[in-house]
Amino acid sequence: MNSDSSTVARLSKAGKRYAAVLALDGIDLDVRRGEVLALLGPNGAGKTTAISLLVGLQQPDSGNATLFDAAPQSLAARRRIGAMLQATSLPETLTVGELIELFRSYYARPRTVADIVALAGVGDLLGRLYAKLSGGQQRRAQFALALCGHAELLFLDEPTTGLDIDARETMWRAIRRLVGEGCAVVLTTHYLEEAEALADRVVVIAHGRVVAAGSVGEIRARVAQKRIRCVSALAGDAIASWPDVRSVTRDGDRIEIVTDAAEVVVRRLLGEDATLSELEVRRAGLAEAFVEITSEAQKEAA
Amino acid sequence: MNATTIDTPAANDDFKPWRAYVLEAKCEVLRALRTPAFAIPSLLFPPLFYLLFALLLNRGNSGASHYLFATYSIFGVMAPGLFGFGVSVAIERERGWLALKRVAPMPAGAYLAAKMLMAMAFALIIYAMLATMAATLGGVRLDAVQWLALGLIVMLGVLPFCALGLMIGSRVNASASPAIINFIYLPMAFLSGLWMPLTMLPKFIGDIAVAWPPYHLAQLALAATGGEYAGSPIVHAAYLAAFTVICFTIAKRWLARAN
Repeated sequence: MNSDSSTVARLSKAGKRYAAVLALDGIDLDVRRGEVLALLGPNGAGKTTAISLLVGLQQPDSGNATLFDAAPQSLAARRRIGAMLQATSLPETLTVGELIELFRSYYARPRTVADIVALAGVGDLLGRLYAKLSGGQQRRAQFALALCGHAELLFLDEPTTGLDIDARETMWRAIRRLVGEGCAVVLTTHYLEEAEALADRVVVIAHGRVVAAGSVGEIRARVAQKRIRCVSALAGDAIASWPDVRSVTRDGDRIEIVTDAAEVVVRRLLGEDATLSELEVRRAGLAEAFVEITSEAQKEAA
Repeated sequence: MNATTIDTPAANDDFKPWRAYVLEAKCEVLRALRTPAFAIPSLLFPPLFYLLFALLLNRGNSGASHYLFATYSIFGVMAPGLFGFGVSVAIERERGWLALKRVAPMPAGAYLAAKMLMAMAFALIIYAMLATMAATLGGVRLDAVQWLALGLIVMLGVLPFCALGLMIGSRVNASASPAIINFIYLPMAFLSGLWMPLTMLPKFIGDIAVAWPPYHLAQLALAATGGEYAGSPIVHAAYLAAFTVICFTIAKRWLARAN
């Protein structure tokens, strides 16, 4: 991989081990200017370790990590990023406004307070002590701190965990606006709809290795499955024995069928049950693809 | 895309974040003011100790009150650095606040300077209380230069304990740190002869006292106030400087590995 100016952060053959656990197994990762890259993977897959290496909190045991073609620890590189880390709590004795003022002082040309407030939606929190905030409000305050510089690259490690729907929408809007300004984002999340809504590119990590990478569409296309939902009196066990049916679950009078050949199965369903209603066929989402990819990786590793 | 690179690297290189130094210090002051349950006991503990064990138990003994004023001033120096750094660094490290600041372009010097200034301020407040009690209740008479010299020793004497506190805070977990610091703080004060002269203690305690930083600081305090002291002030100062540098270097290495 050549180092051109379109790469803002990079891991090359980066390995990291904690005692007996191999957290990253020689991983290659490029973050390009202006893109939203979602890092997905089950717990313990190495996502947070990958971010720790990229932001310079840890150093790889093998391979290397660079940020704007410099060492991630360098002050020059750190001035160009913003970060929202996992498991962070800010000082309880300071107000959100004081925290923002402090973080703004680290930058030569900080974002204006008004702009930070508008983006992070913390206008009502400025005068409040961090200790008095709810979990979701604390997460918003942490997002505000990530925005204090004019970052060219944001690291958001599970940014919307614990947020209600409104707050999540606000954060998504802010992320889209920042991306519109040319900011790149590295995002980890447990909400696959979040990756689906925001990401240009998805990298799936399992057991410290990249097991799939591509656009959301490409990742989804790796799974041919579709979901059929309907209200029907047919016996679930019987449908499960049909060819091409992967699984059948029944919830009251509703049936959900996962299949690789939706057309064939739908034709037979309609043929066998004239009273069938509320038929719905959905293509597999990122969630199904993710489960499939990571369980394959699990089998390979076993 | 270039339009978005508002902070060009060149502009960043010239940036001197002095404001960050001021605001880090302001945040430390706010923390102390907003957690009076932590700040007030730590300010009152040494003067109260002095009142009970030095002034009340040694009434009328002017030689003792002079010695004990000097050594209790050093006792008052120990806690602000040890607890100010040891406990708060452990908490901030454990809660990820330190990691976030290290990812953000926080000047490391601003973080350390803020805590150091707070420790100095605490030590000077304690010294002022001790000095008031010594001059009024204890009958201690010093000339202006001696009061100031001791004040200067108190102020600079904070540094070795800041470094030791930082070392502890960079390694132990937050809930254990107060206990561990007390386990170092109180025995070290006793073994350095801060509560009673070493001559009144078993000989081996006096023999090993040269190992402890407060012992050296106490000798400097005694020298500055015209009391009897052991050894050479330059050697004491050199020991303290070396101790500070070693603790700080170890702390820096531990902190780098902390995440």
